Amino acid sequence: MTGWGVGMGKRIVQITVNGDTTEFLCEPRQTLLEVLRNTLELTGTKEGCSNGNCGACTVLMNGLPVVSCLVLAVEAAGAEVRTIEGVARGSHLDEVQSAFLEGAALQCGICTPGFIMQAEALLARNPQPTEEEIRFYLAGNLCRCTGYDKIVRAVQRAAQLRQAAQQNGRS
Amino acid sequence: MAPDVKQRKYQVIGTRPVRHDGVDKVTGRAKYGADQRLAGMLEGAILRSPHAHARIRRIDTTQAQAMPGVRAIVTAADFPEQGDRIVELGEGMANMRHLSANVMAREKVLYKGHAVAAVAADNVHIAQAAAQRIHVEYEVLPAVTDVRAAMREDSLILNEEIRTQAFGSAPASPDAKPTNIAKHFVFELGDLAQGFGSAEVVIEREFDTSTVHQGYIEPHNATVSWNADDRVTVWMSTQGSFTARQQTAELLQIPVSHVKVVPMEIGGGFGGKISVYLPPVAALLSKKTGRPVRLVMSRADVFQGTGPTPGSHMRVKLGVKRDGTIVAGDAWIAFEAGAYTGSPIGPACMCVFSCYNVPNARVEGFDVCVNKPRTSAYRAPGSTHVAFAIETVVDEICSQIGMDPLTFRLKNAAREGIRRVDGPVYGRVGLEETLAAIQASEHYRTPLPGKYQGRGVASGFWFNVGLKSSVSATVNFDGTVTLVEGSTDIGGTRTSIAMQLAETLGIAVEDVTPTVVDTDSVGYTDVTGGSRVTFATGIAAVEAAKDIQRQLVQRAALLWNVDPSAVRYEAGSVWGPQQQCLRFKELAAELPTTGGPIIGRGTSSEATQGGAFATHCVDVEVDPDLAKVTILRYTAAQDVGTAIHPSYVEGQLQGGVVQGIGWALNEEYSYDDQGAMRNPTFLDYRMPTCYDVPMIDTILVEVPDPQHPYGVRGVGEVPICPPPAAIANAIYQAVGVRMRHLPMSPPRLWAELSKNSS
Ligand code: FES
Ligand code: FES
Repeated sequence: MTGWGVGMGKRIVQITVNGDTTEFLCEPRQTLLEVLRNTLELTGTKEGCSNGNCGACTVLMNGLPVVSCLVLAVEAAGAEVRTIEGVARGSHLDEVQSAFLEGAALQCGICTPGFIMQAEALLARNPQPTEEEIRFYLAGNLCRCTGYDKIVRAVQRAAQLRQAAQQNGRS
Repeated sequence: MAPDVKQRKYQVIGTRPVRHDGVDKVTGRAKYGADQRLAGMLEGAILRSPHAHARIRRIDTTQAQAMPGVRAIVTAADFPEQGDRIVELGEGMANMRHLSANVMAREKVLYKGHAVAAVAADNVHIAQAAAQRIHVEYEVLPAVTDVRAAMREDSLILNEEIRTQAFGSAPASPDAKPTNIAKHFVFELGDLAQGFGSAEVVIEREFDTSTVHQGYIEPHNATVSWNADDRVTVWMSTQGSFTARQQTAELLQIPVSHVKVVPMEIGGGFGGKISVYLPPVAALLSKKTGRPVRLVMSRADVFQGTGPTPGSHMRVKLGVKRDGTIVAGDAWIAFEAGAYTGSPIGPACMCVFSCYNVPNARVEGFDVCVNKPRTSAYRAPGSTHVAFAIETVVDEICSQIGMDPLTFRLKNAAREGIRRVDGPVYGRVGLEETLAAIQASEHYRTPLPGKYQGRGVASGFWFNVGLKSSVSATVNFDGTVTLVEGSTDIGGTRTSIAMQLAETLGIAVEDVTPTVVDTDSVGYTDVTGGSRVTFATGIAAVEAAKDIQRQLVQRAALLWNVDPSAVRYEAGSVWGPQQQCLRFKELAAELPTTGGPIIGRGTSSEATQGGAFATHCVDVEVDPDLAKVTILRYTAAQDVGTAIHPSYVEGQLQGGVVQGIGWALNEEYSYDDQGAMRNPTFLDYRMPTCYDVPMIDTILVEVPDPQHPYGVRGVGEVPICPPPAAIANAIYQAVGVRMRHLPMSPPRLWAELSKNSS
């Protein structure tokens, strides 16, 4: 029997993760999620379903949110990937993280990295979203603990914080 | 009134500090079960039954075993025989034969997804491929999936050794006929015939609820290392590290002290992460290979092999006077236990009339085995089912006698001194306060004029439990405190426990560092469940703080050379007889030179808690063409005793409500006629997304529980109870049909609407 052994048909893939260019070996069937978690040891990205339905594995690929369980690692070759580990600036939380933390927008926290990445993508393209727009944009992320109330409010708050930060930056 | 604006009784309690584990959880640093990695670790996969009911004739592992990279395979043959041992596992009694057979099928598979064999290999892909090359020969049997069919005399029997156990009676004789009815409960109060005889309006209705899942986002996982000295270490996400330890030890028949469970961060549980599935399997794979083994379930495994909460069939009859006084109630409740006995039928029977003073009552309940996964606890287990039944019957009675549903409930509400059907008499409880809060709310007072719009209310009850907890707390010389606890933290309880310790010591909560530790590092602690942690582990933390106070008083007495009885601890300081005063931090700094460290210890072992009551109000709109129900507005009022951290209390209410909305409107296991679940994905098992729900408003009513030093009541479970009934009542107001089957999904509502219009 062939094909199951370790190292069979592995490819070298180069990507940029959170600003650092890195190379890894992977099998063609391995997902970006699996490589992030198992090969690059970036376990902040979570796995809830492996078929694109829960959003726990959301990362940004070239600025766009993707469910990394539905991206093959080889497809990510050459891409810029941003994960939850790359959101804070040094030891400073960014506005979305602070808003989640201060707004008690997490209970168990397993959905939190996915929500934060999705919210980052939303605020990047729509800095002042309405409640309806937030709910629509986050509908691919499941949270079973919070009932979403405090998550939606945290995203509203993050938008305010970011706007205030930008105004301060300008003045 | 919101706890923040009332007159401040406490310094720390009632404030909203940032949780201690929060930064780790918003930066991706927190380590959950599946994040565990160990040197030399193997990964595993489990082969699961494709049949709902079958006899296992033969398992052939030779092909799988021969695959490169495969390191070990286990089947039930590798597990110790259990016999019919009944063991107390910290969350009720369990039949070890059943627990073991559920972890790995022996002789028969009883549901699709039942584990049959497991593989450990160099990576998960090899393990999965190898599992598919294990050949199992099955003799397929007809599947019994309907609770009433399973109860029939001529039904096929799932477990030949099961005899009906009548509640409170001696074990049934082994000579009795095998049956699927594992348990039979009867509770009686007053004189039922006389009660109904005096009734002027009687309504009797039947209800069905489908099987639903807890739906935590993190799948079950376990990484186990079986060392050469036969010591076993388990890293897993669990609601109860001590019960996981005990279950694992009992299943493997090794001493409990040889197992250490290290609780990782847990990604939701809701009752579904108490029973063990993976640790004993990973342990045997580790024993065979001499290497650590990690097992992680797929989402389909989670749906088909864990959870769910029972489907049910219920009949509820209520008799009232024209003036709205309840005179009699009768309920018949059958729960699907799944493959093995153990549904929450007992609590369901106790909860059905729990919100009311029903002077004459009878409740009969059945725990019935069917070819579905063995059911687990789910947030107020059993209470949501019966709340759906009783609260819609009450609504119908209110319509019939023309009474406001809140006025009716206030008239009959359970209150101090009322006896529940199963015997206990209520202490100080807050149902009336929640009813009054909804009655006074802006929501309830605002008219809802729209066509196809309707408003519904419903109440709910959950007992809450006490059980056992341990903490220890070390005073650091810099004036901070390290708090060590055994309660796994699913939703911010590190902080709610730390706040109680800080309040008692009169220090800032930021000066307390709470840590959840493994089973070798703290005293026995029961599960994070039963809405007990903030209550019971909170009591232990208060005890630990008092222990620290006592020791600090002694130290200060030594320093001042006075008798300890002349020294007191107050407002974060020790005070001497001449008004000498040392603040906590000052005295902490003196510890190294006055006798060394101080460690406070606290335990709690409370038999009960005061119960939790909730009343909810919901506005819905029904699309008459699509039969789709939209939640327009939702308000949940709940007696929370004392809200330690109001944000996380609100979060419990909001989360429970949205789970209840999912149960009400969409969630269900859809079965084919072979007993196979057709929808084991989050796409087809449709839990609410944020686009499906509005903001969930909360009213925190605070009626302190006298059993807790700060009046805490557990808050986590009861918020799931009222939503299905409240929504059903709202649908009736909107479109005039009474829904009696959960979920009230578009096809079911469409069927009722069509009946109405034809
Ligand atoms: S794990 Fe990728 S969407 Fe669920
Ligand atoms: S906080 Fe638990 S799933 Fe969102």
